[in-house]
Amino acid sequence: MSVDQATVRRVAKLARIKVKEENVERLAGELNSILHWIEQLNEVNVEGVEPMTSVVTVKMKKRADVVTDGSNPHDVVENAPAAEDDYFLVPKVIE
Amino acid sequence: MSDLTSLTIAKARESLRKKEFSATELTEAYITAIEKAHILNAYIVETPDKARAMAKASDAKLAKGEGGPLEGIPLGIKDLYATKGVHTQACSHILDGFKPTYESTVTENLWRDGAVMLGKLNMDEFAMGSSNETSYYGNVINPWRRKNSNAALVPGGSSGGSASAVAAHICAAATATDTGGSIRQPAALTGTVGIKPTYGRCSRWGIVAFASSLDQAGPIARDVRDAAIMLKSMASVDPKDTTSVDLPVPDYEKAIGKSVKGLRIGIPKEYRADGMSSEIEALWDKGAQWLKEQGAEIVEISLPHTKYALPAYYIVAPAEASSNLARYDGVRYGLRVPGDDIVDMYEKSRAAGFGPEVQRRILIGTYVLSAGYYDAYYVRAQKIRTLIKRDFEQAWDKVDVVLTPATPSAAFAPGEISDPVQMYLNDIFTVTVNMAGLPGIAVPAGVSKDGLPLGLQLIGKAFDEGTLFTAAAAIEQVAGGYQAPKWW
Repeated sequence: MSVDQATVRRVAKLARIKVKEENVERLAGELNSILHWIEQLNEVNVEGVEPMTSVVTVKMKKRADVVTDGSNPHDVVENAPAAEDDYFLVPKVIE
Repeated sequence: MSDLTSLTIAKARESLRKKEFSATELTEAYITAIEKAHILNAYIVETPDKARAMAKASDAKLAKGEGGPLEGIPLGIKDLYATKGVHTQACSHILDGFKPTYESTVTENLWRDGAVMLGKLNMDEFAMGSSNETSYYGNVINPWRRKNSNAALVPGGSSGGSASAVAAHICAAATATDTGGSIRQPAALTGTVGIKPTYGRCSRWGIVAFASSLDQAGPIARDVRDAAIMLKSMASVDPKDTTSVDLPVPDYEKAIGKSVKGLRIGIPKEYRADGMSSEIEALWDKGAQWLKEQGAEIVEISLPHTKYALPAYYIVAPAEASSNLARYDGVRYGLRVPGDDIVDMYEKSRAAGFGPEVQRRILIGTYVLSAGYYDAYYVRAQKIRTLIKRDFEQAWDKVDVVLTPATPSAAFAPGEISDPVQMYLNDIFTVTVNMAGLPGIAVPAGVSKDGLPLGLQLIGKAFDEGTLFTAAAAIEQVAGGYQAPKWW
């Protein structure tokens, strides 16, 4: 599988990273060289192998469904680049 | 009084209890040493006032005989750990100005046990790198230099600031994290000891996430005993991290000095990679010989899927990173670059905030998770991960611990490796351990022909860190310690 320049633009859009047009070609080359190296995985027979879901064999812990934290909106917005009255401020999204 | 910064944690702890000097004196010695070592760029933020206040509190506790296991011990903290009210940016521009309103569980455990915070340590941006060249705050310099050379060398990465600071004696020990080798590789390149414990041994709560199924906290320290002391305090069972495993934390120090007689040491033939340098091969043979002379049994084993661990890692880790790093959107914290609309603002903020290596990994991760490619890349990589783990499970029938080199070479110069894939190969011996969730320790074992430290790695069964400390201490006992000559 090979990544062309259109794919770089599409993936960058999905990743919400603005990529300058002059960098698209370089990025395509870099991604291809990494993906090409990764392709050696196709040599491995994975027939009947379960994909790993947990690296240590433990049961997922559960806790009681009760509130243990919260009610601190000021802490939550403390580091926001723009906030007002404990709300995040963003550019207008609805006309 | 001799230089207080030359003392290990074990020695300083003893002297503090006997009141041979105070925690304040010890902290002042480190603050002075840090000021003189700015050229290493190991610290990105120094917190001397906080350190003095914490040392004063430690002195009060020590006076009453109530000191904790790390009472008055000055530590450096990797910038990946959330520290309340103190710069926490994973050395990225995108977290500009971020000061958490909470403390990570691991650092909270350290302060509970009496440790003193000296500051935040440099690292590769979001822990993505093997040379500490991707930090927004500039390269870290390795205190080690080649024989007859003044040229700067990298300390390894991503915990490059931690390794450099420990090797230069500008902290007694440091916290670090390891996703593919980020504790063990820099430890090996600086002549220090680093342990990545079993996945789930340390809480990940409050540590900036890179690849959540691989990330694990651990210490870098001057010797094996200090690493054991640090891990004992860092590890805990944490209700705030569902992957934190419900097992009591043993007293790892008790494992040091135990005999390795009868211990079965596995030598995996697949690690004898083509092109392995003769000095790394000789170091490995020497390490096996030392353990054998102390009564251990050397057993050749096979870990057949070893060569696939690194390429599989470069699917799993970027995939998880692309998801974890989606949270940096210019809304909730850090950098915001204004845009024409909200999407434009996201895209401009992320383009300005993430460095080239981080962008590359996000793009790879987004690609392998995108529609039509998920099964071919991500699911296949997770299947290979199952096979890698199975290799180790089969090995544990024959051996108790596995011995390998820690890195393919000694420290290199900044700019020497510019190709991303070549840089990734630095983790070739360490990454299998993360993929299998196992503990691994790097211990210095010799020097290169240029006089640079080289490390060996020991890999253990899940939650058998104790055996790693036993075997690493047995190597250290013969190899001795490695101290960088002070030139700064």
